[in-house]
Amino acid sequence: MRMRILEISVGAFIVAGALALVGLALNVSGLNVSNSDQTYTVYARFENIGGLTPRAKVTMSGVAIGEVNEIILDKDELMARVEMNIYGDVDFLSIDSSASILTAGLLGEQYIGISVGAEDDSLKDGDYIEDTQSALVLEELIGKFLFNEVSE
Amino acid sequence: MKEFDDVVIDIKKLSFSRGDRLIYDEVDIKVPRGKITAIMGPSGTGKTTLLRLIGGQLKPDSGSILVDDDNIPELGRSDLFNVRERMGMLFQSGALFTDISVFENVAFPIRVHTDLSEDMIRDVVFMKLQAVGLRGAHDLMPSELSGGMARRVALARAISLDPDIVMYDEPFTGQDPIAMGVLVNLIRELNASLEHTSIIVSHDIQETLGIADYIYIIADSKVIASGTPEELSKVESEQVKQFMHGLPDGPVPFHFPADDIVSDLMGGQQ
Amino acid sequence: MINQLARLGHKGLSKLAAFGRAGMILFQSLVAAPQPLIMFPLLVKQIYFVGVLSLIIIVVSGLFIGMVLGLQGYTILVDYGSEQAVGQMVALSLVRELAPVVTALLFAGRAGSALTAEIGLMKATEQLSSLEMIGVDPLRRIIAPRFWAGFICLPILAAIFALVGIYGGALVSIDWLGIYEGSFWANMQNSVDFYDDVVNGLIKAVAFGFVVTWIAVFQGYDCIPTSEGISQATTKTVVYSSLAVLGLDFILTAVMFGEL
Ligand SMILES: Nc1ncnc2c1ncn2[C@@H]1O[C@H](COP(=O)(O)OP(=O)(O)O)[C@@H](O)[C@H]1O
Ligand SMILES: [Mg+2]
Repeated sequence: MRMRILEISVGAFIVAGALALVGLALNVSGLNVSNSDQTYTVYARFENIGGLTPRAKVTMSGVAIGEVNEIILDKDELMARVEMNIYGDVDFLSIDSSASILTAGLLGEQYIGISVGAEDDSLKDGDYIEDTQSALVLEELIGKFLFNEVSE
Repeated sequence: MKEFDDVVIDIKKLSFSRGDRLIYDEVDIKVPRGKITAIMGPSGTGKTTLLRLIGGQLKPDSGSILVDDDNIPELGRSDLFNVRERMGMLFQSGALFTDISVFENVAFPIRVHTDLSEDMIRDVVFMKLQAVGLRGAHDLMPSELSGGMARRVALARAISLDPDIVMYDEPFTGQDPIAMGVLVNLIRELNASLEHTSIIVSHDIQETLGIADYIYIIADSKVIASGTPEELSKVESEQVKQFMHGLPDGPVPFHFPADDIVSDLMGGQQ
Repeated sequence: MINQLARLGHKGLSKLAAFGRAGMILFQSLVAAPQPLIMFPLLVKQIYFVGVLSLIIIVVSGLFIGMVLGLQGYTILVDYGSEQAVGQMVALSLVRELAPVVTALLFAGRAGSALTAEIGLMKATEQLSSLEMIGVDPLRRIIAPRFWAGFICLPILAAIFALVGIYGGALVSIDWLGIYEGSFWANMQNSVDFYDDVVNGLIKAVAFGFVVTWIAVFQGYDCIPTSEGISQATTKTVVYSSLAVLGLDFILTAVMFGEL
């Protein structure tokens, strides 16, 4: 009998560990199996990505629709090329969509915001978003502001 | 040294050292079959070490330890396993497994070495416990036993596989006089009825003299004397006499080697 | 001078020999000829002693640490007007660092020292020798199940610690400090990544479980079998495994989260 109680408590312990892991996955990290399972890749070139990093969110109207996978320097165009993984169920981004690098709050992290255009065709795996807007770099902004002040 | 008709354990030119310290220096010991042989000597001379050498838990620096025809230091794992099945050892502290009951302790070697059914194991265990007078204690835990009872349970475990050789490490140390008497009788009776060879390691002179057929006295890494109890009581050597009669001072000095006491006492003032 | 050098060399060599013995114990108990059938019931028993019995201290500590993180995070973040990010801060610091590290430290104190003392006592009372004389390898019978148990239990305990801590942080932030519940969880879920944060945290826990149990088991098995020797070995287990956990944590963090 003593052995049984011991076995049961060990079983409960292991189940509790598994449940804790599930809790961490679903509640804490918001892991969504269907989303991350299937994604397609689109690219965008930016003059300046500011502080954008891999794993940054890609959003549309503030809703996460994917994340940044890789950022490299495109040698031919001399621009940054950002590779994004967009969730498979978001298949309605028109080919004239625009991508801009935005900042969450004044000092927050940077992410990509996508706004949809008017065309009927949608972006497919491997397509480029042509219409892009670079990150606002605070120093440049302040520089412009000062320059305007002086020149007035 | 006396020649025996039938020798079970034949130790030849055994040398063993711990670090820089020589514990055995080319020692020869023969253990006669079916008899009770005692190994005696002051604490720390290496009596326990000798039992471990015989059991193959330690490897000698040189020399051979023949148990019948197997040379223990040269055996591989599985051969050693088979030889150990023929040996039972009663450790100085009893060494019962504290997390299982008395019954399971005695059953343990049987489960390891045989495929007997649960019923047969039960019968064997109860027989062995009966032999040491503790059948009633079979479902106690080791922590619930007195020192003397624990040693008897350990003895039941040591003989559970009907070994040919039973080794007792200091069986009498720390026992009250009654428990000591019980153990002395047990060892003698078991040796007679089960017809195994017993090796007793001890420094309790009176009890050992009472039951041993043959005695080796070890000191300074050597066998300094051997013989039957009667023979040993007639030996003239000062060292043996001191040991046999428990004299506080003699060739084995009471004082640990030290500088002259006067110079030590004066040392503080210089 | 020469003498001191010689002594240093001697000490170095004996440390090296200890490492060698530890490696041999590791190999013989884990790698060489496992016996799953005999092992399983022993393993269950050890998971009980090492894991289940450590649960209470883990849950209580996790709860308090999560609550403290919530309070501290709030008072810092409120100055920047970003107190909504408190969930993110609590979760990331717990999942990445505090859960594996604090669990490992508590584990070393609670279970590691007990393992050392238990094995040391078995050695002192000649139970290990006795097993050997019966023909059973104590490394496989005594050491291996304890090893696996520590290995299995630490990640489980760390996951429980993290989750309890996060709910402790949520309790403080949402119910006491009045953070909006939705933004607390949403912020957390947006910033915590399952693979990069949760899985990496658990990998740390597995590594710590390995190191702590290894040290505990080795110190017990290698101790001088007297009461003094056992108490020294127990102290060594706690000190060495705490240091090893903190050092290893730095290395693992650098590899996992650093820009290396
Ligand atoms: N594990 C060990 N490591 C180092 N020295 C030991 C060890 N075990 C015993 N010794 C030393 O070996 C000597 C013999 O020990 P032992 O055989 O236990 O003596 P006895 O049983 O005759 O009292 C002692 O001096 C002891 O200090
Ligand atoms: Mg001894």
